[in-house]
Amino acid sequence: MGDWIVVPIVLPAVMAALIVLAVRHDIILQRVFSIAATVALVGVTLSLVVFANGHDPEMYALSDWPAPFGIVLVLDRLSAMMVFLTSLLGLGVVLFASSEWDQRGKHFHALFQFQLMGVNGAFLTGDVFNLFVFFEVLLIASYGLMLHGAGADRLKAGMQYVVINLTGSALFLLGVGMIYSVTGTLNMADLAIQVSNVAPGDAALLRAGALVLLLVFCVKAALVPIHFWLPGTYANAPAPVAALFAIMTKVGAYSVLRVYSLAFGDMAGDMSWLAQPYLLPAALITLVLGMTGVLAAKRLNGLIAFSVVGSMGTLLTAIALFTPESIAAGLYYLLHSTFSAAALFLIADLIISRRGQFGDSLNTAPTFHQSGFLAVLFFVGAIAMAGMPPLSGFLGKLQILDAARDSDAMVWIWAIILVTSLMCIIGFGRAGSVLFWKSASVDGEITVEGAKWPVLPIVAACGMLGALVVLTAFGGPVTDYLHGVAAQIFDTSGYIQAVLGENALALLGQ
Amino acid sequence: MEFLVASSIGLLIACGTYLLLRGRTFPVVIGLALISYAVNVFLFAMGRLTINMPPILRDGVTEYTDPLPQALVLTAIVISFGMTALIVVLSIRAYLEIGNDHVDGRPVGAPSEAGDKN
Repeated sequence: MGDWIVVPIVLPAVMAALIVLAVRHDIILQRVFSIAATVALVGVTLSLVVFANGHDPEMYALSDWPAPFGIVLVLDRLSAMMVFLTSLLGLGVVLFASSEWDQRGKHFHALFQFQLMGVNGAFLTGDVFNLFVFFEVLLIASYGLMLHGAGADRLKAGMQYVVINLTGSALFLLGVGMIYSVTGTLNMADLAIQVSNVAPGDAALLRAGALVLLLVFCVKAALVPIHFWLPGTYANAPAPVAALFAIMTKVGAYSVLRVYSLAFGDMAGDMSWLAQPYLLPAALITLVLGMTGVLAAKRLNGLIAFSVVGSMGTLLTAIALFTPESIAAGLYYLLHSTFSAAALFLIADLIISRRGQFGDSLNTAPTFHQSGFLAVLFFVGAIAMAGMPPLSGFLGKLQILDAARDSDAMVWIWAIILVTSLMCIIGFGRAGSVLFWKSASVDGEITVEGAKWPVLPIVAACGMLGALVVLTAFGGPVTDYLHGVAAQIFDTSGYIQAVLGENALALLGQ
Repeated sequence: MEFLVASSIGLLIACGTYLLLRGRTFPVVIGLALISYAVNVFLFAMGRLTINMPPILRDGVTEYTDPLPQALVLTAIVISFGMTALIVVLSIRAYLEIGNDHVDGRPVGAPSEAGDKN
């Protein structure tokens, strides 16, 4: 099984090159290759999840250079789950885009495959500098996707997106540099050992490096006060790209979880749980700010983008508690919020494309084709995002509240999550009633050109909602699995032994 | 030597940050370039400052310079070079499409568009 770990990176990379070189003139072939590769990726990553569930973490040494000198990929339950989530989301996105979006600009499918490669690489790598490289791969692909089928608004938002991420990359290198200068390693497992052995005089530099790195991950995760790029970017990105970007914020959350539980977790001595005091208040403020944005939004895409900011706040609140229960609850919410954000962006595009010149402004307009059917889809998506029963958002928030019961900040967490859920319900309720209910009484009908029942986009949007239903219906088994994931995250010695060998732990804390 | 390198990194970062906060795209691009230079020099320094030392350990060599930061700098240079090219093209395209070169797409003194966005 070991060699299969590299497949989620190699497969999209080869496919992207093939698409851009061999079949770039034929959109049908591009779609066939891209969808086939993504389906294959779903199969491979599913088998990785099954494999990781029954085994200890497994390492793949690139070019067979032994750790910590070479770069390693590590498959544990967490990374297997994340690559599986990426491939499922990717399948929905590529189906949606294959109807019409991929013809509005060039090289959609090639960029899409490169994006999958970067995201999968970021989830699988066991090396901090390699994480930087995969961040760059996914960012470079995302720049192209963000500007796909450009336009003035999109260029403006894209420019800001590129600048903020280039600044983030510079900070990433500064953080990595500081950590390397003190510990002399970039391998995450080796870092965990070296951090416990660091000289007292160097501790301040290491702490500074680790916090700069936290800042960079929080830029990706759109945490206050560095969240401001997200609403503009997501609201102006092409719909399938906005849906795919639902996983990009999760890359930031994953990196926080990985680095700050492994290298700066239990075994880090003075620097144990370094991220916790900064992360929790920031996450709670993010939650308030995101849901306030939902209330204030005047455009549908802006509304959804702010709800993504809010859901990142909820997710990072759970992660910031750093207990096995809260991590398991947070991971459940991570799965849920990825699918619900993607579903909402896809449904919003179906609505917008039927509203003609009214676009995504939240004003009453004459009715449009299939407004009843789309109202149902929007209703289900909004219930999921707001965290109302019966869908998985409710279960996720319930688990997070339950996990926060023993925390010192329990009053704050409960109050903020419950109040912001109400704000989210009001925001989405108002948007839905303006779009569908009040508009029903306006005379006339909007007619736009194009397929009346575009099969692939509707299948993709319903598929994302279907994933939420599956997540709810199998809430018990999924939660059991996630408790296993959380247990493995806290068993850092298993990860270290998988990378550095059985005797590595003897070097701890010398 | 330490003072020279440290102060030049600091100066580059300070100038880069100032330019990055300007309202037009050209200074922003220059600011990003300055910051990436500073980061590259910083990465070199993270393997300690040594002069005229071989980067590869051989028999008989007791003093050497850390080769890893040099490999990292190479990667960082390639990426930042490509990104600078991208953002130059992007800002030209944005200028042609939007009609001005402000990062938020409107000239100084123009009324805010915040009201009808989002």
